[in-house]
Amino acid sequence: MELQSIWFFLWGLLWAVFFMTDGFDFGVGTLYPFLGKTDQDKRIMINSIGPLWDGNEVWLLTAGGVTFAAFPKVYAVMFSSLYTPLMLILFALIFRGVAFEFRGKINHEGWKKLWDTFIFLGSFLPALLFGVAFANIFQGIPFDDKGIYHGNTLKLLNPYGLLGGALFVLLFLQHGANWLNIRTRGDLQQRAIDVSQKIWLVLVPVAVIFLVASYFATDLYANYFKTPALFLVILVTVAALFATRIFIAGRRFFKAWFASALTIVGATFFGIIGLFPRLFPSSMDANFSLTAFNASSSPLTLKIMLGVVLVFIPLVIIYQAWSYHFFRHPVTREDLDLEDAY
Amino acid sequence: MDPVFLSRLQFAAATMFHFLFVPLTLGISIIIAYMETKYVRTGDTVYLRMTKFWGKLFLINFALGVVTGITLEFQFGTNWSRYSEYVGDVFGSLLAIEASVAFFLESTFIGIWIFGWKKMSAKAHAAVMWVVAAAGNISGIWILTANGFMQNPVGYALRNGRAELTDFFAVLFNYNSILQILHVLPSALVLAAFFIMGISAYHLLKKQHVDVFMGSFKIALPVAVVCSIFVALVGDFHGVNVAKTQPAKLAAMESHWETQTRAPIVMFAIPDEKLEKNTIEVLSLPGLLSFLGFHDFNAEVKGLKDIPRDERPPVLPVFIGFRTMVGIGTLLIVLSLYGWFQRNKIMESPGYLKLILFSIPLPYLAIEMGWVVTEVGRQPWIVYGVLKTADAASPIAATQVLFSLIGFILVYGLLGAVGFYLMAQNAKKGPEAAH
Repeated sequence: MELQSIWFFLWGLLWAVFFMTDGFDFGVGTLYPFLGKTDQDKRIMINSIGPLWDGNEVWLLTAGGVTFAAFPKVYAVMFSSLYTPLMLILFALIFRGVAFEFRGKINHEGWKKLWDTFIFLGSFLPALLFGVAFANIFQGIPFDDKGIYHGNTLKLLNPYGLLGGALFVLLFLQHGANWLNIRTRGDLQQRAIDVSQKIWLVLVPVAVIFLVASYFATDLYANYFKTPALFLVILVTVAALFATRIFIAGRRFFKAWFASALTIVGATFFGIIGLFPRLFPSSMDANFSLTAFNASSSPLTLKIMLGVVLVFIPLVIIYQAWSYHFFRHPVTREDLDLEDAY
Repeated sequence: MDPVFLSRLQFAAATMFHFLFVPLTLGISIIIAYMETKYVRTGDTVYLRMTKFWGKLFLINFALGVVTGITLEFQFGTNWSRYSEYVGDVFGSLLAIEASVAFFLESTFIGIWIFGWKKMSAKAHAAVMWVVAAAGNISGIWILTANGFMQNPVGYALRNGRAELTDFFAVLFNYNSILQILHVLPSALVLAAFFIMGISAYHLLKKQHVDVFMGSFKIALPVAVVCSIFVALVGDFHGVNVAKTQPAKLAAMESHWETQTRAPIVMFAIPDEKLEKNTIEVLSLPGLLSFLGFHDFNAEVKGLKDIPRDERPPVLPVFIGFRTMVGIGTLLIVLSLYGWFQRNKIMESPGYLKLILFSIPLPYLAIEMGWVVTEVGRQPWIVYGVLKTADAASPIAATQVLFSLIGFILVYGLLGAVGFYLMAQNAKKGPEAAH
């Protein structure tokens, strides 16, 4: 495989891992006002992701950084074209991050309510907007041969774009509920289990509609028809989605969480494979599309970065996996009593 | 309105705000790791209370630093797309390496540190803080290496309509970057040391928690002494390097218009960029600028008049920025040396303690001004001699940038106020009582 193709799939993988990791943080944050009945419930919910969300968010920075390093032209055109939605995502993430830290610092009802709102918005909005953005990328973005954007931000909210947004929100809700099933006990856990089953009932039809709509709204399936073996990716993703439900019913919450993680990675790769070799397709003219071959860095940079990524990303995965393992137990009273707990 | 101008304002606002939090994170993480290690070694709970007290302030500060850092990376794409496309081959890889090599480590281990107190041995917990401190500073090294490329581009060739990497090691061992690293990282320690000494002084003046704050003061003081002097020494090398690589910046730093030998330093001046001279000059010290730039009182220093108008940086902010930085830097050396010689009678010097308390903002100001000199002084170039800032912005509508700029100012203003309020509250509250 050429260097550029390797980088294309690494690029896709980094986005997939970001959605898989920060995805359950977004899910927990979105469920937060609905499942957190008491202050203690709420604290358990945010402390369940407390040790992990920050490290998870770095996958976004790495996905962005790798886009910059390996495909500078994509980085330039993608982020300047999607200026407004990206700014909204960044502001939302800023509020989410400080809300965790600030919320418990002053013991006042109104103060806590304020940051509760930001925890919800800071989780829900990025989930929605990433979905909207990626669905629009699947459809193509109106930019010309000079990389100048000719679209309108509100047009991103077209039916397929919104469908993508809904799918992302539901995927992350499922993933977040599955995480709460692992890290909570008692009433809160019961509510989480309950809601994880209800979300699934909505997620399945939306996923099916998205798969069908993609056939009409995008040309993602072209690669699949060229190489039918690729349909296996969709099959595995759907299987993971069904496994999620079975594992929840069997109260095997770790396995359910792994299954929803696999569903998210599969869903991301469904799009990535369909895009190949395009990273950022133009809807004005297919010739303007930015691909792994016309938008990549020099071979030297790609080689150096490949070395860096092949050494350090596995290391990151090892120590993050260790950290997940370390914080796998239900959040306890003692955890909440820690001085710097959220 | 001009989108380039708005994007510059936005980048300046976002970076300067981000850098209100970064130096404290970098510096205090090392000092806290040292305190926690002392606790592990001696078993003395005073060190544990210190660790927890400074740790709390550190974490509030850390949160603001992290969330404001993400926007910076993405702004290169959103607002500076032509820059990103042109130098991404070199610059982008440095940012990507920073994230994968260092920032992951820092962000993952900070979570372990916060939530791992009772889940691991004291020794392991202290080691986690060392990882956080090291990773943060390694992060800084990569970012400064990236900035060094903008100041003094090396290891690239102009090919295929962009700057392509030709020599990775030249980029890594860019002399300019090395100087910046040796200047910025110790200055973060100076800021952290003065932060600790200032807050300790507050409590020592009230004669409360004396064990914790006397101990903290004595840990921070030698750091302040050594690092403030070191920062100034490296600054001197910096001056020489700027004279060689960026003569326009040097001339702006000193508002120096005429090319001459035995070039003077003026203590104060009001530059007039239209008339190409200083309308007021106070106290001119002949030969000093030649010495600053070339370590030779008789060396010739290029004046702004011999630099084309469209290649001159704005003079006033660079001139004032440089003076403020050097002035404060000198004051900090004096303050820390004085403290060092009085170190056994600190409690009997309330005047000195008050001075130290009110000095907390000074390193912040000096560091921000240092960046004004570095970044404004590099103008009109975004990459020195290679790409102009005016040619680097994204082809986007000014209104978009205007809205996000207003958003940045509102959001950052609000969060900054809340963050500093919370830090001040917790600083005043003091540590947990001894058990």
